[in-house]
Amino acid sequence: MKRSAFAGPYVVWMILSTVAPLLFVVYFALTDRSGAFTLENLAKFVDPIYLGVLWRSLYLAFYCTVICLLIGYPAAYFLASKDFARNQALYVLILLPMWMNFLLRTYAMMSVIEDTGMLNNFLKWLGLQPMEIIGTEGAVLLGMVYNFVPFMVLPIHTALKKMNVRLIEAAEDLGAPPAQVFYRVVLPLSLPGIVTGITMVFMPAVTTFAISRLLGSGNFFLFGDIIERQFLESNDWNFGSALSMVMAVLILISMSLLNRVDPKKEGSGAY
Amino acid sequence: MKKLAFLLALIFSLLPAAALAEYITVFNWYDYIDESVISEFEKETGIEVKYANFTTNEEMYAKLSTGAGEYDVIFPSDYIVERMLAKGELAELNLDNIPNRSYVMDWLQAPAYDPTGAHSVPYMWGTVGILYNTDLVDVEVNSWQNIFDLELAGEKSVFMLDSIRDSLGVALCSLGYSLNTRDAEELEAAKQVLMKQRAEGIVKGYLVDETKDKMISGEAALAVMWSGDAGYAIMEGDGNLAYVVPEEGSNVWIDAMCIPAASQKQELAEQFINFLCRPDVAARNREYIYYHTPIQQVADEMDEEEKQNPAFFADQAIIDRCEFFHDIADEMEMYDRIWMEIRG
Repeated sequence: MKRSAFAGPYVVWMILSTVAPLLFVVYFALTDRSGAFTLENLAKFVDPIYLGVLWRSLYLAFYCTVICLLIGYPAAYFLASKDFARNQALYVLILLPMWMNFLLRTYAMMSVIEDTGMLNNFLKWLGLQPMEIIGTEGAVLLGMVYNFVPFMVLPIHTALKKMNVRLIEAAEDLGAPPAQVFYRVVLPLSLPGIVTGITMVFMPAVTTFAISRLLGSGNFFLFGDIIERQFLESNDWNFGSALSMVMAVLILISMSLLNRVDPKKEGSGAY
Repeated sequence: MKKLAFLLALIFSLLPAAALAEYITVFNWYDYIDESVISEFEKETGIEVKYANFTTNEEMYAKLSTGAGEYDVIFPSDYIVERMLAKGELAELNLDNIPNRSYVMDWLQAPAYDPTGAHSVPYMWGTVGILYNTDLVDVEVNSWQNIFDLELAGEKSVFMLDSIRDSLGVALCSLGYSLNTRDAEELEAAKQVLMKQRAEGIVKGYLVDETKDKMISGEAALAVMWSGDAGYAIMEGDGNLAYVVPEEGSNVWIDAMCIPAASQKQELAEQFINFLCRPDVAARNREYIYYHTPIQQVADEMDEEEKQNPAFFADQAIIDRCEFFHDIADEMEMYDRIWMEIRG
């Protein structure tokens, strides 16, 4: 038996769960209700309303990725450091939220930041002005970061762990100050982890849908919401597929741009 | 080849067993039945019930039309019954198998969406109205202006329904137009009402399922709501919530029980429908989900205070100023477009 045969079950799985649906999406996107070829669905997308929603999804996902990186990198750095070697508690704490379904976590977040939620009740108890968070873009961003930050920490942590400590020692021996060691040695070596982290955060962030409803109180749509709407409300699978296709192409483009940062594909290749 | 043969043998050995056990597949709204009723039906008849749920009419219709499953009893709303009937997608019921249908109120025996009454049996009905918090609202609430006028409503005070037809319908009612209009100018005017409401910051959010809990905790002063959800909030709340069907009129709706034409188990399905019409069973469902019952006897046995509350029961005066939805599937794209402009 050839070794490639071992991949058989997964190949079957992939054909059923990825390739076939992808073909369906392309088929629906390029046909009308009667099944005739058309580009109308794609043309319908070029409209300030839908482009505006896409733009909002893109910048919220961008902010989310930047914030996750700013929070996640130092956390991963600390997790991988020697000071931390014997203490796994923090690592478990980062993983812990992922044991729960993200919808449940988002519902919980909703009841915390509501006007009458825990946070505001606490502020009122302290005699402070309550904050209006729920229903804003900020609330959606908060929910995204809350849900996706572990996906940034873990790959960076793995990359830093894999790093040969002697390289750092060598840099120090040669007289590099700590800042220089970080910028010239640690950061470049952890780049594959960063690339994977960005991918794993940006992709779910840009396709987010439920979070915007729960934390944004349905006050604005994200791209994922309008795709969902086409299938569940408007019953327009063709347009919904066209929107999905646009999203897939955008992700593909951004991933190929990102790949240039990591040409040797040292990132664990989450995509 | 051997493996394949084994697999086929396995499948065929399972098939007869599945075919022998009597079961029906019921497709109902989420959280829309007292589940102990289902097990009681199974115990009484020996028919197993496979139960599936949906959230909106559109979702249910989409699943039915793709043939994603075989359903024997479905619970579409009035305008979907109308659509399915026109397309011949509903089985004609054998009313001899549903004697309990006679318990249904007179005015619901042959409703406009099913004039002969031979393709559907009402399950629940209700209205669309305003649920408000008496601690947070100090004006009288009896008009749609209460949610569209900044002076009356206040900022960030209103939860709207995340549902095209209901929200647009409310705006049309406030202008005195029909809920079922296809007139582009009237729809445009309704759109302006909703856009102004949003631009002035009156809207707190567009939600469906979450609204009742938010109203209980006092997140907003007013909400557009279906009567049953309002009833739930009133029952679970601190006694500061009230429901009104505005005087300009609103939507009255019926969720019916139907059998898809494709069902192979019409007789079993009819037994299930008949069971749900039995007054003691209907009473349990009403007490569980708080929607208006179509069963006259159950309504007669409600206590007076509950019957006076429009959240639990609409009297003739309310019904008279309300309108049913009709199917506008062909105009859906225009509705969709309007909704995107308001929400996007």
